[in-house]
This record gives sequence, structure tokens and C-alpha cells, in this order.
Amino acid sequence: MMTPVAQRSGLGISARGVGKSYGGVSVLRDVDLDVRPGEILGLVGENGAGKSTLLRVLAGSIRPDTGEVLLNGEPAGIRTPKDAISRGVSLISQELALVPARTVLENVFLGSWDGWAGGHGRARDLQTFQRLQEETGFRLAPDAIVASLPIGRQQQVEILKALARGAQVLALDEPTAVLAGHEKEGLLDLIRKLAEGGTTVVFVSHFLDEVLSIADRVAVLRDGDLVATDDASSHQPASLVAMMVGRQVDVMYPTLPPVPEDAPVALSVEGLSRGMVRDVSLQVRAGEILGVAGLVGSGRSELLRMIFGADTPAAGRVLVHGAPLKAPSPARAMAAGLALVPESRKEQGLALTRSVRDNVAAPTLSRRRLGPFAKRKAERRAVADVARRVDLRAKGLGVPIWTLSGGNQQKALFAKWLLTEPSVLLVDEPTRGVDVVAKQQIHGLIVDLAASGVAVVVVSSEVEEVLGLAHRVVVMRRGRAVAEFAQNAAAGDVVAAAFGDEARNHD
Amino acid sequence: MTETSTPVVAQPSALSRSFNLRDYGVVIGVVALVIYLSLSTSTFLTTGNLTNVLDQAVVVGLLTCGATLCIISGVFDLTATASLALSAIIGVEVTQAAGVEAGFVAAVLAGAGLGALTGFIVNVSTAVNAFIATLAVSIVYRGVALVITGGAIIYPLTDQLDGVQVFTDDVPGLGITVATATLLVVALVMGVVLWATNFGRRIYAVGGNAEAARLSGIRVGSVHIGVYMASGVCSALAGLVLVARSGGGAQANMALGLELSAIAAAVIGGTSILGGEGAIWRGMVGVLLLTLISNGFNLLGWDTTFQQVVQGCLILVAIITDRYIRRARST
Ligand SMILES: Nc1ncnc2c1ncn2[C@@H]1O[C@H](COP(=O)(O)OP(=O)(O)OP(=O)(O)O)[C@@H](O)[C@H]1O
Ligand SMILES: [Mg+2]
Repeated sequence: MMTPVAQRSGLGISARGVGKSYGGVSVLRDVDLDVRPGEILGLVGENGAGKSTLLRVLAGSIRPDTGEVLLNGEPAGIRTPKDAISRGVSLISQELALVPARTVLENVFLGSWDGWAGGHGRARDLQTFQRLQEETGFRLAPDAIVASLPIGRQQQVEILKALARGAQVLALDEPTAVLAGHEKEGLLDLIRKLAEGGTTVVFVSHFLDEVLSIADRVAVLRDGDLVATDDASSHQPASLVAMMVGRQVDVMYPTLPPVPEDAPVALSVEGLSRGMVRDVSLQVRAGEILGVAGLVGSGRSELLRMIFGADTPAAGRVLVHGAPLKAPSPARAMAAGLALVPESRKEQGLALTRSVRDNVAAPTLSRRRLGPFAKRKAERRAVADVARRVDLRAKGLGVPIWTLSGGNQQKALFAKWLLTEPSVLLVDEPTRGVDVVAKQQIHGLIVDLAASGVAVVVVSSEVEEVLGLAHRVVVMRRGRAVAEFAQNAAAGDVVAAAFGDEARNHD
Repeated sequence: MTETSTPVVAQPSALSRSFNLRDYGVVIGVVALVIYLSLSTSTFLTTGNLTNVLDQAVVVGLLTCGATLCIISGVFDLTATASLALSAIIGVEVTQAAGVEAGFVAAVLAGAGLGALTGFIVNVSTAVNAFIATLAVSIVYRGVALVITGGAIIYPLTDQLDGVQVFTDDVPGLGITVATATLLVVALVMGVVLWATNFGRRIYAVGGNAEAARLSGIRVGSVHIGVYMASGVCSALAGLVLVARSGGGAQANMALGLELSAIAAAVIGGTSILGGEGAIWRGMVGVLLLTLISNGFNLLGWDTTFQQVVQGCLILVAIITDRYIRRARST
């Protein structure tokens, strides 16, 4: 299916003495990095280490305070994203930059229409589009509206867009964070193939085995310093972690305490249906962690939203501690002890322009009040405490939350719901974009909550996470709960159940 | 970031420094204008003129308090002056029937009620933009006002005129009018509501991200009804001030178009048109700037037709600054 990619002459990109600070705090210091033509460089580091910032500098979307970017050893004079693109450098950031209401084809050629007259004809665009699809093995419908595509497909549009602009250097910021297992493999294969064809790739990810499997070399950022660049073959995930945090850390899943024999059922879902979700029933006991696995788009998030009352079910009901939730709404669900850590930080989780404190405090405002007035002091204390529990790293809790790195935003989102002290916790992709160490901390928190009697439902696209964290795993496929596994099931079986008969004829 | 090993250090000042332009640009504008007008005219810095400036700011100022609350919560209230007219008319009708005090109370209650109704309509028509929804509702309110008055100006009884015109009186010892005092009190109360109450926090949360707020258990619909009610009360008070100034008369087309000036003042002060950010004091500074400009044109004897050009440009500058700041963030 994939035809060979046209060989490109390699373009090397370098950062020379790059420094950047925000409001007096330096987030990159004197970074010298050479990415060789046609190589895949894996860039790793803790949350907030400066990876995204460095990629943005390379791609011209922010200007460094000191230093410069070189292309093939020459000063590149990149000052804007447009400069970067015209020099063959494209950034695919985690928050995709597409025009959702327009078609795939329009998005791919967005910005490559020169001048007002629009030199491109649709026929020519289509031709290029088909050629790129063959090169990449993607199967996108050119006239599909981007907003209607699942996130994995949208990312493909973003990649085609970069290739259509003739990208010779591709910087990818956590591209696999939003993908399910098989989609990840597809993307990694494509990146390998592009690199073989001469494209230079900078690849940021918190999945260290993924980085080691794909990268020729790895570079490690720690608190804004580039602390190492080395051949990937000489490293293991553990050695990368040691360089990232500056000390030896064992990364493993916490041990699950068994669910007490007599633990009552805390959450009971009976025949919930809405949209694609069909007749799902499940029960979770106090102290139990139920994992929900499945492909992206199998209805897992929709199910959680319905349980929480964010969407009204068409049929079925939810019982919390034996009492049915009537007229479901998030406010009523919360009153009954439910909490939902939603999947998308930007759309459902956070008010990006508000402060970290405002965001974290939002669901619990009514617990800290004196008549109509907010108790600010109590709030400061509560938020500071919970921020410490999730190891949130920020310049302060009063800063707008958009200034936090992606992983720290995720920790804030978790903290926000932790503060509600739920008795039933629903979490959708709790560790998306979180570094390995912080991930372990969040896992630890989830297990501690369960140990204290909280019933937990965890949705994750990482099969290892679901299996490592849950007492029991339910697999969803096309809106139905199709299989259930015990804690020690094999990952392969879970994946097979998630695919079902799609496994045979999947693209 | 050497201190990342100690998580969460409180040191908010460093970051806020970079937002100073947005925060205080308009304040600097006002101060500059005051200095300029003081130096270039002999009449500006007189008690008479200053009292006058404040008094002129009252009606738009009251409307701006309501507009600011609405905009922060992510909606617009284009019914503001239609509610003003309708509640003023109801106030005058009730005054005729039951006396001045009853009329004032009725006007304020009418404002709150109309606001609640507007909020309710905006909630049920979520598919429609609040801008369009309130535009439609405002036409209805004006229509009702027209029906009640039959297109005429209505007045209270002659012996009630003094009572109705209390807003034009001076507050003894303060050198400001009752109208100005009303604005100051309302602005103070609204500022405290926004800043110090949980309701205020929810207003910001809803404007910052309505879906995230809803999923945080905040009843977005109630918050919107609340801000529209507050806006309605502000409108009613502004209506009473206008009634007092026009010798007790109320009519259906009072304050036509002033709701847009209020939105403009809020935005010029630096309240983000996209919601989630802003403050009452910003709206007040915006109103002051607009009022000083018109006062300056008068004192300097400039052609007032240019005044609108200046005001329009100010709004553009404010909106572009807002966009620019937001853009800088999203990169
Ligand atoms: N516009 C900004 N204003 C203030 N601080 C910022 C801004 N952008 C980034 N920062 C800070 O710079 C630091 C590095 O952020 P960056 O996003 O590069 O981290 P990262 O390595 O990509 O982390 P993650 O793995 O969590 O995505 C963080 O501490 C972040 O808070
Ligand atoms: Mg990042």
C-alpha cells in the first residue's frame, strides 16, 4: 500500500545557544542541539522541561531570547512559522492547528494558496493529495469535514499538510499521546519511512520505549538544560528516566490492595444507551478499580459522560450507593459523590485563561464559603495542598493555566477532581501527556483512593495502564461492553477483544 | 526554572508584569487625558465641570456594570436599554397609582424580572447566539413599551415630580449628585460580587469555558439568569436616572443604542470580549474615558462629529489588543 517516499535531500537543523525565559524564569538555557539530516531524534524530559518550547523555537512560532536556529549549519533567519515552513520546517503540535469546519483537502493545502488569485486548482490539489496518500498509506476522504474525523485522522490531515508544504524537517510534539495502540504503530512506521526518504524528524514523547524503538539518537532536557544527547541504542527506558530526573527511579505499577469481600456496590450502571453506546451495564464496588479498554471511538468516553450526567442517557439508569440518579446532570452527580476527570483538557477540562487556582477550585466553591462570600484563604490552602499531592509544578498557583506545560495542566485537572473527595471517581485518560514519574504518582493516587474505599472507573487507550491499574477490565467495542477480563489477563487478549472481528479486515 | 524541585512556589508577580499594557493602558489614557485637559483648558478642573462629567457618566456607567457582568460570563445583553425603557415606564405607571417609593421598587423589580426572562430565553435558545437572541428580545421589550405608552411620553402626577427627580439632587456634603452616588454604590456592589463571592467566581468560570464549568457542577443556566437579572437591575436604575433628568417623563424609545456604548466602554476598559476576563473597575475606567473625551470636545470647542470617529477607533484598539494578547498565548 505504501509506495516509497520520494528521496529528499536531507536538511539538518540546529539550535545554537538557545535561551528563553518567561517573566524572569528561564525555561530554556543555552541549548545546543544538532539534528542531523535524515535522522530521527527523540527528545525527552519531564513535564515542563522545555520540550515544547524548544520545538516552537525550531519551528519559528516563538523567538528565543538568545541564540539562533541553523539550517545545514547556516543561520536560518527563521522569525515566523511562515519563514520556517518556507524553509521546510514544520511543527505538528499536540493541539492540532486545523480549521475544523473545512474539508480535509482544504486543510491540507491551507496556506499554500499563494496570493489572492489562488494559484492552485482543485484538480492539481487532488492530484498532489492522492500522491501523498499513497506515500503515507493514509485513506482520508478529501471532502470529509475535519471536525467530523476522530482525532487520529485529524492528525493524519496535519501530517499531509506538512508534507504538502514540502517539509524536510518534521517536529512532532507528543503525536502518539492521543492515539490508540494500533494507530501508534501506524504512525511510527510512517515516521520511519519518512526518515528513510530523507526527512529529518524531531520526536517528543513520554512513551520511552516508543522513543527508543524509533529514534536514532535521543536528547534529554532537564529543567531547561540539555543534559545529554546520545545514541538511542545505548539506552534503556530506565537510563533515560535517570537522566530526565537526575536520579535513579524505579518505574512500575503500584500493588493493588484486594477489594474487601464485603465491599458494597458503589456504582451500578443499568442498560445505558445513547448514540453509539448500546445497553451497557456494569457494577463497581467500593475500593475497586474497573478498567475500561477499547479502541478510540468505541464509546468509552461517551459512557463515562453519561454516567456523570454530562449527557442524558436515552435509556438506562445510574445508581450510586444504591440510589438512582434522577434527572442526570453533573451537579446532581457530584452531589451524589461522583467525579469525572474528562478526556480533553482544552474543551472540557480547563478554562485556559483563568488561573490554576480558579480552575482547581471551581467544583468545590460551595464548600468554602461564608454566606455568599468565597473563603479565599481556605481556598489557597486547599489548592496548594492538592497541588502538592499531584506534584504540580508551576511558578505559582495564580498564573493563568495556559502557561503550564501540557503535563502540568493534566495534573491540575486531576487535582481539581481530587479536591472534590469523590466516592466514585471516573477518569478518562488520566495520564495523557504526563511524564513517566508523574504518571506513576497519579497511578499511586488512584490506587490510594481505591484503598480508602473509592470506586474508580479508568478509561485508557494504553492497555498496559488499564491492566496494570485495574482489578477488572471491561472491553468496549462499537458501543457495547463485549468482554471482561481479570487483573492478570494478557494484553494481547484484551486487544483482540477490542478489535473483535474488525481485526481481520481492519485497514 | 531552578526551583522546579520545590513545586508550587507562590510568586505571581513576575508573570503579571508582562500584562501591564493591557491592565493599565486605559488607566494611563485617562490620566493623560485629565492632565491634557487640565493644562489646555481653564474650565476642566472646576467643581462644576467635574460634577457634570461624573453625572454624565452615570447612565452609561450603570449599563456598563451590567454589560461587564454579562460579557465576563460569555454572553451579551442587547436588551439593556429596552429593559431600561420598559422598567422606567412600569415605574412611572406604578408611581401614578401608588406613589414614588412604590414606583422605584416596581421599576427595579421589573428590571430584575425582565432580566430573568431574558436569561431564561437565552438558556432555552442555546442553539442561537446570545447576541442574536437578546437582539430579538430587545425588539419585543421595546414593542411592549410602545403598547403600554401608546407611543406617548408618560409622566407621574405633578405633586410626585419632586420625588421622582431625586436623582438630580446633590448629596449633601459630597459634591456629587444622587445619580452619581447610585452609580458608585452599584459599581462597588457589583465589584464585590465579582471579586469576593462564589457567584462572581462562577461568572468567570462560565465565561472562561462554559463546558468545563458545567462539568464542574456549575449550573451555567442559573449563572446566566443571574447576570441578566443584575443587568436588568442596572438598566432599571439607569432608567430612573433618565426619568429624573427628563422632568419625570418616560417613553418607549429611551436610551436607544446606549447598550452598545456600554459594551464599548466595558471592552475599552479591558474586559475581554471573549469572556472569562475583566472587572467592574475596568468598565468604569472605560466609561470615564469615553465621557472625558466628549467633555474634552465640548470644552475645547472641537467639532463633535469627530468624537464618534475617536470612540470607534478606541474600541478597535481595545479589541485588537485583546486578540493580540490571546494570540500570543495560543502559540
Ligand atoms: N507562554 C508562557 N508563559 C509563561 N510560562 C510558559 C509559557 N510557555 C511555557 N511556559 C513554561 O515553560 C516551561 C516549559 O514548558 P514546555 O511546555 O516547553 O514543557 P514541556 O517539556 O513541553 O512539558 P510537557 O511534557 O508537560 O508538555 C513550563 O514551566 C511552562 O510553565
Ligand atoms: Mg509539551
